[in-house]
Amino acid sequence: MTRISLTVDGQNVVDDVEPRMLLVQYLREKLGKTGTVIGCDTSNCGACTVHLDGRSVKSCNVLAVQADGAEVTTIEGLAGADGTLHPVQEAFRECHGLQCGFCTPGMIMQTVDLLAENPSPSEEAIRLGLEGNLCRCTGYHNIVRAVQHAAGTAEGASA
Amino acid sequence: MTATQEPTRGEIGRDRRRKEDQRLITGRTRWTDNITLPGMLHLAMVRSPFPHARITSIDTEAAKAAPNVVAVFTGADLGEGQGACINAWPVVPDQVTPAHLPMPTDRVAFAGETVAVVVARSAAEARDAAELVEVDYDELPAALDLKESADNKVLAHPDLGTNVSAVWRFDSAEAGTGGDVEQAIAEARENGIVIEREYRQQRLIPAFMEPRSTVVDPTGEQITVWSATQVPHILRFAIAATTGVPESKIRVIAPDVGGGFGGKLQQTPEEMITFAVARKLGKPVKFTETRSESLLTAHHGRDQWQRLTLAATKDGHVTGLKVDLLADLGAYVAIVGGGVPVLGAFMFNAIYKFPAYQFQTTNVLTNKTWTDAYRGAGRPEATFAIERLMDELAHELGKDPLKVREMNWIKHEEFPFTTVAGLEYDSGNYEAATARAKEMFGYDALRAEQAERRARGDRVQLGIGVSTFTEMCGLAPSRVLGSLNYGAGGWEHAEVRMLATGKVEVVTGASAHGQGHETAFSQIVADRLGVPFEDVEVLHGDTQISHKGLDTYGSRSLVVGGEALVRAVDKVIEKARPVAAHLLEASADDLEFADGRFTVRGTDSGVAITEVATAVFAAHNLPDGVEASIDSEATYDPVNFNYPHGTHLCAVEIDTETGQVRMRKYACCDDIGNVINPLIVSGQVHGGLVQGIAQALWEEAVYDDNGTLVTGSFVDYLLPTAADTISFELDHTTSPATTNSLGTKGVGEAGTIASTPAVVNAVVDALRPYGVHDVAMPCTPERVWRAINSGGPGGETTQAAAPHFDESEGAAQ
Repeated sequence: MTRISLTVDGQNVVDDVEPRMLLVQYLREKLGKTGTVIGCDTSNCGACTVHLDGRSVKSCNVLAVQADGAEVTTIEGLAGADGTLHPVQEAFRECHGLQCGFCTPGMIMQTVDLLAENPSPSEEAIRLGLEGNLCRCTGYHNIVRAVQHAAGTAEGASA
Repeated sequence: MTATQEPTRGEIGRDRRRKEDQRLITGRTRWTDNITLPGMLHLAMVRSPFPHARITSIDTEAAKAAPNVVAVFTGADLGEGQGACINAWPVVPDQVTPAHLPMPTDRVAFAGETVAVVVARSAAEARDAAELVEVDYDELPAALDLKESADNKVLAHPDLGTNVSAVWRFDSAEAGTGGDVEQAIAEARENGIVIEREYRQQRLIPAFMEPRSTVVDPTGEQITVWSATQVPHILRFAIAATTGVPESKIRVIAPDVGGGFGGKLQQTPEEMITFAVARKLGKPVKFTETRSESLLTAHHGRDQWQRLTLAATKDGHVTGLKVDLLADLGAYVAIVGGGVPVLGAFMFNAIYKFPAYQFQTTNVLTNKTWTDAYRGAGRPEATFAIERLMDELAHELGKDPLKVREMNWIKHEEFPFTTVAGLEYDSGNYEAATARAKEMFGYDALRAEQAERRARGDRVQLGIGVSTFTEMCGLAPSRVLGSLNYGAGGWEHAEVRMLATGKVEVVTGASAHGQGHETAFSQIVADRLGVPFEDVEVLHGDTQISHKGLDTYGSRSLVVGGEALVRAVDKVIEKARPVAAHLLEASADDLEFADGRFTVRGTDSGVAITEVATAVFAAHNLPDGVEASIDSEATYDPVNFNYPHGTHLCAVEIDTETGQVRMRKYACCDDIGNVINPLIVSGQVHGGLVQGIAQALWEEAVYDDNGTLVTGSFVDYLLPTAADTISFELDHTTSPATTNSLGTKGVGEAGTIASTPAVVNAVVDALRPYGVHDVAMPCTPERVWRAINSGGPGGETTQAAAPHFDESEGAAQ
């Protein structure tokens, strides 16, 4: 067991973890942060995407011990303390950028990072920027609209 | 029948944002794998690496001694308590159906089948210990290739003596719905056109994003089962029917479920094993599969060879269609199983007026993962075949493919139309949908560009693909299901509860897993009952709350479940009427109901239905003999299927030097009757399109010669990404269904059904100048390149498969 200390969604946490424990397992099993989900075992799907010190990572691809001393933000920590949704969360709802919602936490966390890097992305840049996150329901059409909406580069959903 | 939908001031037709989304975008979801219970134990499955083998011994001692392992069970240990996996649709009376134990005791029939289960205090410890279970196998020859298996060269189940599970046939001459197809073909051979083709529907994997998970809590009076399933009610029935546990002692809950697409329409071995272990240990247990396990063992879809003969006159009027299928069921006959190809039987004739038709499917057992419903279930296969053939006919005639379709389709004034397959199509307007699709697509301009690129021998060639479609939605009239020997009915149930505080609880037997029922059903109830959208709460997916239902699949939830809801609401209003009359001191005959209020005709006097609900709750002042409840329920059995249709147009650019296919444009006009929520409908179409496009271009479940699934992870099974796809252009024409109150038709499967042939037709269209008349799916760059350079369909992807593990290690994944 290795002792780690980190901040998750603004809360300081200290735990003893197995060195092999993945960050996503730590979030779900030790902290009950079940908003972050596991969709595959080959780091293809991106459903587990969180922010590690402000940058998006697939939390199945990071060991919990690597997050020692870091600041982690999950989908559960994205909205304001008063419940005000993050603009990207709001955009996904507004543009119907989700159906079953399983990929959504990862998709939203990746979008936040994408827009931080490129606040006015082209459709192609959005599509390339989300390439590491799989969705089986939406066909990506309305996810792209949601990102454009959040970036202020589109009207919103097309019904 | 076509009419523009009237603008509505109410909820129906409004693009409401979804009620579901708040919890999904903030991570406040309840996926099955999120559930943790006191003392909960975790399971790991030990799976066979061989497709067909006798189990000679299983040594569990080392696993039992591993840290925090509580128990290890084999099939023999669980015995009869493990129940069985059922087939609900024996398609013929003498169907050959292998017994399917969740965990076999003596022989495995596909690679991935569970032979032992490890129970430990954590999932990681269970998985570690699963590695320590020593299983000895005697390998048996495996039936892998579908055609060879149909010839019984190797038997998938030696005791059965055959691999042929069933031969199911429909013939229009025998059924009295049309002429003799052999005669039509003979006449066409003499003096017409005969198109004979063989197409491959490759094996696909539904690949829902949430891996399957089951939690079973045997403490308390009822055993509670949470499962990532589309079918909680059917699952409860199947568990009770095969384990002997009374149905009333089982509660099944489908909490938030992350997609299904047919893939969670199953009673799975994993659910049964988890149930059995929980009962045996008396403790809550959880099993969550890995993605690799999901791809390996959750049921697959499609997998057919289609031999097709189309007869037509010299000027292109179709005269006959003969369909001969081989369908791969995999190792066991799944819950719908052999019924999937049979569902296609009614759809190969599609929107066309064939005078003669014959359909036959030979359902074949092999030593591969079982197959069952995948989005469209039988109808995509049928639509692909007929739409490819219509393009071939057009090519033969040298005519525009849309013109040839128009020559043969049912004209809008001919509805209702009884087809050669015996179905009555209620409404439609193929002319209108096609005209709109052409307009959106810019059909003529793209044809001109294609001609120009061909003329100058451009390296990048343009292909234009056409697909029209119809489908049968809203499974299903129970009498029809009965006549087809299906084991259950096709009704749906709904209940409306009027709460004392003015809120409304709606209970539906449909079980959503991404479709947005909570929103769409709220809109229906809000409109009809005249209450605010926000005041309607939709409850579903828990057999103790929704005690009766047949769940969600086959584009049925709105058209069957929605109609049940309409009828339940109407009953509430009728039950409230005498109470309202009493409160208003008026005659019930003088009351009008609109916008949620009963008013006395010709006066200002009125009472809201929510006020009636409060009065009924208090029950202080009810008319004599009136029950103190206006809650109501309804069970609706559809009188017919409904028949959405559409025209889809696709343009692809093909780099003829690399074989790369790039989507250029996709436009479609679907007619799904009246729309409840256009936003949800657009989402269903977008997602459906990409799944169908993925079959055309990317996805295939590939087995190697050893019977190992080599596309057993998302590295190899190519789900499309955002970067692979494009934005779509959608529109709708509206021919309301005539068989339900709301005039709605199904939409969940439409995109998938139409898009696959549209894309392949586009690919082939681009390559016609190269002498190419078919490209096998998925149309990979390699296949396209080879087609260009050889004029053939591009060969097998199987040969490109590399072995995934060292044989000497003997373990997959």
